Amino acid sequence: MKLDLKKLKLRKVNEKLQSLDRKQNDRNFTIVNPEGNHALCAGLTDEININIKGHVGYYCAGMNQKAKITIDGNVGTGVAENMMSGKVHVKGNASQSAGATAHGGLLIIDGDASSRCGISMKGIDIIVKGSVGHMSGFMSQSGNMVVCGDAGEALGDSLYETNIYIRGKVKSLGADCIEKKMDKNHINKLNLLLKDASIKNLKAENFKRYGSARKLYNFKIDNVSSY
Amino acid sequence: MCGIVGIYLKTKKFEKSLGKMLSGMLNNMESRGPDSAGFAIYKNEEKKIFKYSLCIGDLDFNKFKKEISKKINKSKLNQYSDHVILKTPMEPKTVIKILNNSFTEISLVGYGNSIEIFKQVGNPKDVVKKFKLDSFSGTHGIGHTRMATESAITTDGSHPYSTGKDECLVHNGSLSNHNNLRRELVKKGNIFNSENDTEVAAGYVSNSLSNKKSLKDTLVSGLKDLDGFYTFITGTKKGFAVVRDEIACKPAVIAETKNYVAIASEFQAMAHLPDVNSAKIFEPEPGIVYSWGN
Repeated sequence: MKLDLKKLKLRKVNEKLQSLDRKQNDRNFTIVNPEGNHALCAGLTDEININIKGHVGYYCAGMNQKAKITIDGNVGTGVAENMMSGKVHVKGNASQSAGATAHGGLLIIDGDASSRCGISMKGIDIIVKGSVGHMSGFMSQSGNMVVCGDAGEALGDSLYETNIYIRGKVKSLGADCIEKKMDKNHINKLNLLLKDASIKNLKAENFKRYGSARKLYNFKIDNVSSY
Repeated sequence: MCGIVGIYLKTKKFEKSLGKMLSGMLNNMESRGPDSAGFAIYKNEEKKIFKYSLCIGDLDFNKFKKEISKKINKSKLNQYSDHVILKTPMEPKTVIKILNNSFTEISLVGYGNSIEIFKQVGNPKDVVKKFKLDSFSGTHGIGHTRMATESAITTDGSHPYSTGKDECLVHNGSLSNHNNLRRELVKKGNIFNSENDTEVAAGYVSNSLSNKKSLKDTLVSGLKDLDGFYTFITGTKKGFAVVRDEIACKPAVIAETKNYVAIASEFQAMAHLPDVNSAKIFEPEPGIVYSWGN
């Protein structure tokens, strides 16, 4: 089904996608003329496929559950913020705070993501094929962030138990963020993530892992299973 | 929050529709700034003619025209609502003196060989309509929609700020050291007409440019001297420059095609521009000065 934002109001489009008839067989939607609108496809809860043709504004696919959303363009601030599950694939660049506070699901960004990518992430997997800006992974708690390019200043500042994998250069590490050893589990997990993002030319061995030195927060080994 | 927009034409193709492009951008930034709006348009300069953008407020235009032609030689006036563009070969020093002495009720919004500035309180859609921005042609333009934070909703508090010949500046953000900097600049001879933080940034740029520093060098040293959050667009006769502070909380996105460069706080401001979907779209990096035409 095709939804044209030049003809339909943003609220109508979101309402339609948020309250689908469960018996409906057509689970594929294309949204045209997004024209930088904010909060497009926010709050979806069904297993549907959405293809957005063009550039979108802030908080696209925010709070997503189950839906698979592909954006053929760039996204503004906070794409897939607080996502719970599902998949968001940005074919262009992302602005700041991509995947912020997200609990689950997969976010793939083919281009670059700017500052504060994965800020306070809580379990999402983020894969950026380009580079990320400053303060990425700030206070991130759980999940994986994979960056095939470089990372800006203060990477992983004050982070908890997120694994950050960077292939290129890191401009500087934030407070309590250190390079860590890659063991077999990390290599296997990272290879699976690269496969999820259809990255064939890179292997886990090309990346370095960064994580918490566990000196800033009260880490107890007994709680490790919660992360 | 505020909305800032700018457009610089790399070729002559869209010169006639510059005003229309800019007005669409301002209209789309209403959500970021519904309190007041303003814009500066740069046109090809006329030989040995200076243009003065004046806000005459409630003053009767015909009465003003009669009085000013007695004092200023060869003056030509065009009225746009409560703004007037005064054209004359007379030098700024003399004209500003006359305006300050004999026309205290009007305010000088800006002057130069190429710049025309308009700003007023109200919804951007109404402001743009009032000044007939759609009908303007030019080489580049800058605009602003304001959500007032640190000073009152007045014409004086509206952007763009022009503190030097053919110069202007718009700002999204807030400065924390503007009072100190204002005092320092006043000592150096700068004159300020408002309590607004952005006017201080504009004054800082004018002061530096008048000391023969380039616009790029000025903005690089501004990163050290101006404390606070900001994305600035500064316009000069030749083009414009963009800079974001190093924390980069205030948004900006640039779209570049072979015919133009557009900048706005949000992509939706430029979604209506021609060929924008095939443009190179990127965010200006924090602490880096980008400039076109200068």
